[in-house]
Amino acid sequence: MATKKKRSVRKPKKIGKKDLTIHFMPYSEIANKNVIERIKKIMGLILDKKIIILQGKLKPEEEVRLIENSMTLIGNIKDFQGIEIAAISGESENTTLFHKIRHNIAKILIGEQDAITIIGPASIVKEITQDPKKIELMLQRK
Amino acid sequence: MIKIIKNFARRIFSGLFKKKGEIKLGFYGSPNAGKTSLANRICQDWLGEDLGSVSKMPHETREIQIKEKVILEKDGKKIEFKLIDTPGIATKIDFEEFMKFGLKRKEAQNRAKEATQGIIESIKWLDDMDAVIILIDSTMNPYSQVNITIIGNLVARKIPVLIAANKIDLKKSNIKKVQGAFPEYDVIGISAKNGDNIEEFYEGLFKLVKKI
Repeated sequence: MATKKKRSVRKPKKIGKKDLTIHFMPYSEIANKNVIERIKKIMGLILDKKIIILQGKLKPEEEVRLIENSMTLIGNIKDFQGIEIAAISGESENTTLFHKIRHNIAKILIGEQDAITIIGPASIVKEITQDPKKIELMLQRK
Repeated sequence: MIKIIKNFARRIFSGLFKKKGEIKLGFYGSPNAGKTSLANRICQDWLGEDLGSVSKMPHETREIQIKEKVILEKDGKKIEFKLIDTPGIATKIDFEEFMKFGLKRKEAQNRAKEATQGIIESIKWLDDMDAVIILIDSTMNPYSQVNITIIGNLVARKIPVLIAANKIDLKKSNIKKVQGAFPEYDVIGISAKNGDNIEEFYEGLFKLVKKI
């Protein structure tokens, strides 16, 4: 008797609550946005419990707006405890004056793209430690 | 752009009409870096009274605290300060952390709420400072994004900065690491609690005033 051949169709993987999503964001995704739009986009992903790896760096005034925004949400959104953020720059300590000028001109024209910023919800990212050359990300164990 | 013009106009006008000698000196940094301890040290040295209470529990200062008419004197020259002690800036607050210090759930939640409001206040006050002392706990990693963000914002506002690497009385203190993290700024190691190296700090403060 011929046996029925088992179908080898795999079930689609369900994304569970405990799964971790890392969102790679090229600088072009925020390049043409103003401060409010940038913060809104980032906060949207954070509230979706995603860790963002952003190509480039936010401006200091954008970073404080992000902190302010996070503070207003703590206590108003369930389980939201704030964010963890760290940025590492591609700038080398031993650059010549010419390189520094070139870097600053490029920064003005196209933004600081030779940097990486990691932003994550504090409920998932326990700690980000950084030094000039590396960033370490420690996640919460649930 | 409008904000930059507004800030510029504000600085020009405040410069024209500011009472001569009154300098708004802000104390900024992460929670438990020792901002209130240093403000208290200055107030004790020059006024004989404290500015605020200190605690091992983070976010003890949750409101802006001000002490006016603090007059410091050096070589016969008097400078009047308005000391502004700000709540520590953090990117996250978990009320459960306060429960580890013995607070009940409700108390911890209230403290967390006040702390978030304090952080927002600290950020708002950035625009109003004439000079700022950044307190960094020299026993901790100085490369914290909070330190970098505060300094970045002060630089953007052209507000002079002095870094005080606090807690040099502790074994784990590493001033060189703080200096290495912020090579463009004057870093002075102090112990706000014990008063170690406080004279050098006052020297640095007088130098800072000249940059305003």
